[in-house]
Amino acid sequence: MKDTKNIKKFFKTVFARKVTIINAIIVLLFIFLALFAPFVAPYDPDKPDFAAFLQMPSTAHFLGTDNFGRDVLSRIIYGTRVSLIIGVLAVVVACAIGTVLGMIAGYFGGWIDDLITRLMEAVRAVPQIILAMALTAVFGSGIKNLAIILGISSMAGYVRMMRGQVLTIKQADYIMAGKLQGNKDFRLMFRHILPNSISPIIVMMTQQVGSTILAEAGLSFLGLGISAPTASWGSMVSEGRNYLMDNPVFALIPGVCVAILVISLNMLGDGVRDALDPRLRGEA
Amino acid sequence: MAEKHLYEIKNIETSFRTDGKMFKAVEDVSVYLNPGEIIGIVGESGSGKSVTMMSALQLIQEPGKVTGGEVYLDGSDKNMLSYGPNSAEVRKMRGGRVSMIFQEPMTSLNPVLTVGFQIQENIIEHLHLSKEEAKKRAIEMMKMVNIPDAEERFTYYPQQFSGGMRQRIMIAMAMSSEPSVLVADEATTALDVTTQAQILEMIRDIAKKTNTAVVIVTHNLGIVARFAERIYVMYAGGIVETTDAERLFENPEHPYTRALLRAIPRLDDDRDRILIPIDGLPPNPALRPEYCPFYDRCEYHMDKCKSQKKPVLKELEKDHFCACHLTEAEKALKKAEIEAKPVKKAERAVIGDEICLDVKDVKKYFPIYKGMMRKHIGDVKAIEDISFRVRKGETLGIVGESGCGKTTLARCIMRVYQPDSGEINFNGVDIAKFNDKQMYPYRKQMAMIFQDPFSSLDPRQTAESIVGESLLIHKLVKTREEYEKKVDELLRMVDLDPSMKNRVPHEFSGGQRQRIGIARALSSNPDLIICDEPISALDVSIQAQIINLLEELQAKLGLTYLFIAHDLAVVKHISDRILVMYLGRIVEIAECEELYSNTLHPYTRVLLGAVPVADPKVEKTRERVEIRGEVPSLTNRPAGCPFSDRCNCVTDRCRKEVPKLKDVGNGHEVACFLYE
Repeated sequence: MKDTKNIKKFFKTVFARKVTIINAIIVLLFIFLALFAPFVAPYDPDKPDFAAFLQMPSTAHFLGTDNFGRDVLSRIIYGTRVSLIIGVLAVVVACAIGTVLGMIAGYFGGWIDDLITRLMEAVRAVPQIILAMALTAVFGSGIKNLAIILGISSMAGYVRMMRGQVLTIKQADYIMAGKLQGNKDFRLMFRHILPNSISPIIVMMTQQVGSTILAEAGLSFLGLGISAPTASWGSMVSEGRNYLMDNPVFALIPGVCVAILVISLNMLGDGVRDALDPRLRGEA
Repeated sequence: MAEKHLYEIKNIETSFRTDGKMFKAVEDVSVYLNPGEIIGIVGESGSGKSVTMMSALQLIQEPGKVTGGEVYLDGSDKNMLSYGPNSAEVRKMRGGRVSMIFQEPMTSLNPVLTVGFQIQENIIEHLHLSKEEAKKRAIEMMKMVNIPDAEERFTYYPQQFSGGMRQRIMIAMAMSSEPSVLVADEATTALDVTTQAQILEMIRDIAKKTNTAVVIVTHNLGIVARFAERIYVMYAGGIVETTDAERLFENPEHPYTRALLRAIPRLDDDRDRILIPIDGLPPNPALRPEYCPFYDRCEYHMDKCKSQKKPVLKELEKDHFCACHLTEAEKALKKAEIEAKPVKKAERAVIGDEICLDVKDVKKYFPIYKGMMRKHIGDVKAIEDISFRVRKGETLGIVGESGCGKTTLARCIMRVYQPDSGEINFNGVDIAKFNDKQMYPYRKQMAMIFQDPFSSLDPRQTAESIVGESLLIHKLVKTREEYEKKVDELLRMVDLDPSMKNRVPHEFSGGQRQRIGIARALSSNPDLIICDEPISALDVSIQAQIINLLEELQAKLGLTYLFIAHDLAVVKHISDRILVMYLGRIVEIAECEELYSNTLHPYTRVLLGAVPVADPKVEKTRERVEIRGEVPSLTNRPAGCPFSDRCNCVTDRCRKEVPKLKDVGNGHEVACFLYE
């Protein structure tokens, strides 16, 4: 009962700002498009129509057609799926691995900590896009691979944050109390430390979805992401830039979509962070 | 105005806004001060004692607001509250005519400026002296608060001083503007007893020398009994009783004052005195009733108390005011009634002959590393040569000031730390060298109660899972029903309603949380419980409840306690034997009465002398033992006896050799060359 009250209060604080409401609506719209793509899209996104390639926007094709005569609007709608799936999946992968590694590093300390921290520093030293490019070159692309690769290349932040959290929480008396009661290490970590350190991780996740989508679009633009014919915003921009004179909307709109989704997600993430952080809420 | 006073706060009222509603934190509080007078304001947390003083200086910030009252200074007719909080007049009063010292010496000094600069700045601001003159005065002030090498220390930064020294600097700064009133708001609460006594005595000396009036705001009745001349007792945002110190303690009129004096343990108590706790909790400020706020906890309450409005202060005899509806006759009647009530005599635990814990020569050093290569450059010698025994069913009190190693010792016994050498025989098994796996079966036989009931309970777990965790870990229950039943039983054992078991810790009060902590400690049915300062974070009226609970449980379950505390009165009350530690070594162990009546070690004498007793009469007759200096750090402990550089009876031998603990008869052990 108390929980539902808290959740209600949480949503109330998140949506106290109008900007956050608008952002949430935009994100929900994209999610809706992704979920119901087959019903919303007017054409099959992958079906070429050689009678009508590179058309300017018209009533038949709202955003025109591409160089294979595929409907740009339909491809954008289907592209939403790719972006969101990879964005969310990669963040889940990063969070799952990063949180556990960070918890182990912070909890055990010593050489385990040194090993994990150094390794993550090495990962962080390489720019995410370059690392992801190298990994796709080795493991190949595709939605699943891309999600894992982007996840691994961004997990260092979770490791670092979780490690810091654990180091503080480890000092609390209730952790010592738990140890003295005979809790085994892993029970202590997952039952007592994890629930108490998860909220900044959740905030970080919401903020990371946007940048992961951006990274995926970047990779696809470079031809290392989603392979043809699957529609992806990044690859659409890449293809479309060759035909700016014929159908400028073809390259422009996918780019605009990336921008809108990423900005909305980031601002939503900020809203969540502010709501979870009592100092910014002016309570504590 | 009949009489003019130096500083007068009249009918002040301050409200705070929470959840859109205003509630009164203090209401109709009047305090006055004459030159050179030392007054005490006592009350529990939330009683409004700090708010009163801060309101008068207009230091209350949003969402709080001073909503009424008057403040007069230096006999002037001008109400200081009529000026704005940032007006020149108020700024001149605040920090100038009226200075304030706060509780946390760690945070009230700016760490990036030298202490000299900070004192100087205050002098220039308030006395308008030139820089050189201000510096001269600043050094003078530092000398006045007994800071050695003041000229040199002028350029030191706050972190180069200990807590006690920083508080001295705060006082130097507060006194530097030649104030006529000094407000010490819990100024010594965070300090050790010996330092506390030093500082308060110094404040008194300075006040008498400079004819400064002092307000001591504290929750500690002992402190006001020792230092204050006139006392205000506050409860739930109002003053309930005020008179001079002697009369207050000898002849308390308000039921709250009477109850408080019956609830607190005193250093000069008999071992058998029973503490009578005050039931219930102080009312939540937002939900204070219209009638007398103490009604629900009052033993004297009558029907008329509830039907009438909150009582106001009435003068019973000259300068003795009390806010209670009852007449003298009614009170006398009630008092006889209360005293006739049979007091539940706490059962004494039976002390067996069996040894529960036998600690031999335990030593624990913490290495200090430096640089990239982690070179070993020294050790913090936390504890050394620790040997003692505890029998089954006994309570051993461990006392000492912060940094003396009592917590390290507890953690070695609980095997959070591995001692470097020595034996820890628990029920006949040496557990000193056990690893985690070997310790596992012993974990359920020992438990710990922590100091801070706010950080010792996992905030995300319900009371039920906190209390029941050990049951599951050690598979002490077989079925779900048995688990539920056991949890309920444990909660009932610590006087908590099992229907509250689905709540999370922050929904409980401090005292209730400590009860949950105790229930958790009891859950695995342990033999030994280490209580690490279990009551020092609680309010005075709650402390007695917890002490009684611990004693009752010991008698019922045959527990053995190691009771760690710095409050000697409490330790004396609960312990059978007491162990005194100083700088990582045991200096004295004795039976409780023996230790207090036949104190041998010079340090123990100092320690006992520093604890104020809540009775001004007793205070006057007590022997004072002066102590020099402060506790040295563990890294540069004096060679020889650890106490040698502060001891009054020091000989050359003490500086070279470390005295060993010797039995001087009666089971009284002392580590001092005087008794060889």
